[in-house]
Amino acid sequence: MTEPIISVRNLVVEFPLRRGLFTAVDGVSFDIMPGEILGVVGESGAGKSMTGAAIIGLIEPPGRIARGEIYLKGCRIDNLPPEEMSSLRGKRIGMVFQDPLTSLNPLYTIGQQLIETIRRHLPLNEAQARQRAIELLAEAGIPNPETRIDSYPHQFSGGMRQRVVIALALAAEPELIIADEPTSALDVSVQAQIIKVLKKLCESRGAAVMLVTHDMGVIAETASRMIVMNKGKIVETGSVGDIIKRPKEDYTIRLIKAIPSIKDETRRHEVPVSPKPLVEVKNLTRDFDLSPGFFDRLIKGSKRNVVHAVRDVSFDIRKGSTYGLVGESGSGKSTCARMLVGLIKPTSGNVLLQGEDIARGLSQERRQMVQMIFQDPYASLNPRWRVGDIIAEPMRALKLVSSRSEAEDRVADLLQRVRLDPISMRKYPHEFSGGQRQRIAIARALSSQPEFIVCDEPTSALDVSVQAQVLDLMRDLQDEYGLTYLLISHNLAVVRQMADDVGVMHSGVLVEQGPVDTIFDNPQADYTRMLLNAVPDISKVE
Amino acid sequence: MSSTNNSTAAQKPRTRFQRIWDSDVFFSFRRSPVTIVAALVTFILILAALLAPWIAPYDPFNPASLNLMDGFTPPNSESMMGNYFVLGSDHQGRDVLSTILYGSRISLFVGFLATLFAMAMGISLGLLAGYRGGTTDAIIMRIADIQLSFPAILIALLIFGIARGIIPPSKQEGMAVWVLIVAIGLANWAQFARTVRGATMVERQKDYVSAAKLIGVHPLRILVRHVLPNVMAPVLVIATIGLALAIIEEATLSFLGVGVPPTQPSLGTLIRIGQQFLFSGEWWILFFPAITLVLLALAVNLLGDWLRDALNPRLR
Repeated sequence: MTEPIISVRNLVVEFPLRRGLFTAVDGVSFDIMPGEILGVVGESGAGKSMTGAAIIGLIEPPGRIARGEIYLKGCRIDNLPPEEMSSLRGKRIGMVFQDPLTSLNPLYTIGQQLIETIRRHLPLNEAQARQRAIELLAEAGIPNPETRIDSYPHQFSGGMRQRVVIALALAAEPELIIADEPTSALDVSVQAQIIKVLKKLCESRGAAVMLVTHDMGVIAETASRMIVMNKGKIVETGSVGDIIKRPKEDYTIRLIKAIPSIKDETRRHEVPVSPKPLVEVKNLTRDFDLSPGFFDRLIKGSKRNVVHAVRDVSFDIRKGSTYGLVGESGSGKSTCARMLVGLIKPTSGNVLLQGEDIARGLSQERRQMVQMIFQDPYASLNPRWRVGDIIAEPMRALKLVSSRSEAEDRVADLLQRVRLDPISMRKYPHEFSGGQRQRIAIARALSSQPEFIVCDEPTSALDVSVQAQVLDLMRDLQDEYGLTYLLISHNLAVVRQMADDVGVMHSGVLVEQGPVDTIFDNPQADYTRMLLNAVPDISKVE
Repeated sequence: MSSTNNSTAAQKPRTRFQRIWDSDVFFSFRRSPVTIVAALVTFILILAALLAPWIAPYDPFNPASLNLMDGFTPPNSESMMGNYFVLGSDHQGRDVLSTILYGSRISLFVGFLATLFAMAMGISLGLLAGYRGGTTDAIIMRIADIQLSFPAILIALLIFGIARGIIPPSKQEGMAVWVLIVAIGLANWAQFARTVRGATMVERQKDYVSAAKLIGVHPLRILVRHVLPNVMAPVLVIATIGLALAIIEEATLSFLGVGVPPTQPSLGTLIRIGQQFLFSGEWWILFFPAITLVLLALAVNLLGDWLRDALNPRLR
């Protein structure tokens, strides 16, 4: 029987804080065999990243390993002095972090960084190291590595940069690679390629991988075995197929149930028939002028630089329906959303709300009909305001209430509708979790009694179980008030679950639109097909 | 244990005092002995200045009570007239302790008002520049840049000089303090404007501002009610350090003889008077006002430093 590469026994990581001891990792044990990819999933705060940090000895003080042992190929490493630990890092344990922007030094070419790492750990001269760096880049899937090796990090795209980071992690032929959310900052199509690269490299080198992620889909496509963590403890361990198909523990069952799938065909509500769509978007176009200043153009002869964020987009939203707009980052979907609510003006084309042009300024009556829910619930609520004032602001600004007590009654009612305690109105946003804040944001949007709500990535900042709750709430409210939603998301599974109609955007153009089932089951455009194939989805596990 | 605490705290909102006392800012205050001493010194000096008319042993500005025969009495001794002076007396027979008490009153008054003036001006221009951007921003910030390239004291001198030229001589005496306040305030607004502008540019991108715009809240209301409270933390820090600076600037101007008139001496005026006698052995006339000024400026500065560290999450 082979010896595990890494073996963690009863690991406990503690943070002595002002208000008592916080146990981030609580009695975690696992092994990873050579060539194996172990997926570690859990929601934020589950302690999964902290476990990875403990293995490589990078826990920020005041945090510390309180108990437990970590063995690398049978040698205990958790009690090594810092110098020895740092020589281990990179050489025997490689790391890939979430953000490819910050894990490379912008001042050196990628070649310099690779060669430096290789030479520090392997007995090679400059020319040999360079040769090896080129091989590594080729393996990681960088085209023309001989020329690209002398480029700086900013000359690569996000996905390419993450490939470089993987090459860097593999440079010294480590036995173990810890990948902490390696694809979370990337678009789905890029994510799929990175997963492939990571998987291939580990197979060919027999390196063990600890893949830390919140995305069950990524694990389903990559790992063979997985552990599920919650509140610092391991909830369940087993093969990926077993856990996803036949979860045993309550927590895992709930977690798996909360994950939407692109194959999901549950709940379809009946959209009431109405003769005229509520919102008509006609040939909407928005350019952003990023040209250098007038004097630069005059003196240096710099060229005008206009970005076409949205080009000639047209669609209708039926009253009482949910229109899903999907696309990768930079596809122009958020720009569309902001034009639809009138926060930015279109360059040409128009948005008609019940026949009235939004860009021309709305009447009081129409203005109260449109609301928006934003992506980041930490930035969308003013941290200095009490929750009650935040929710009441639209009513006050639009003069929908006459007195303070009436406003308070309405706020209490709204809080109950979004399943929060009315006493919450006296508290400040920082006293709430991300999911609760998003409920507060929804209550604020409802407070002007709107008919149409634009939701810009309403759940992408939330954990899956919270996401499920927020989506459920949005659905219930739609049934209750007959709301019409525009749902913007990069998450195809969420759109499949929620939307009645869907539009797919790519580089500012609407490439395809239609009823949600038609688009997902029978996509016509190449881009849509590529996107659907690339999504790591739990339904794809064997 | 911690979870039960949290749930009870969540059920009934704490009082404002509890929340403030329990906040991280006050926690760091309770943990820093230097800051506690600085706060104490500042508090005592401010209190003493406020209560000067009641606690000062003599009234140094009432010519009727002054006697030249009391002049140059060393500290902790009696004059020839039998009057006792703790910190000694100056050449006109004024009690040094009393002049310091009255002097810090004027120094603090000028310092506070000048800082408030600079704050008001800097915040409004900074908010405007940060929120409007474009040409408005460019004009305001270039003016601030130009001004920041001169030492503040030069600007204050310039403004003071101009005011002297405009105001008729008969009114100059009475207006001197106000001119001083405006001069120091105008010399210091740019710091505030820069900080507020930067913070405003960050805040106006945030979605809570978009949410307010969406329902048609007036831009002025967005600025005052939404953005302003969120940019105040760094402003408080500069204001505290700015207060120390303003007090020193006032002392410098008064020392140069262009500040408050000698009939209402501030700490700076007292130091100017005292330095004439330093080499003739009457050191106390200079020493005590100077040490008071140093203490005051140092204490306020330390408070500002602490506030900056406490409010900056990156240093926590």
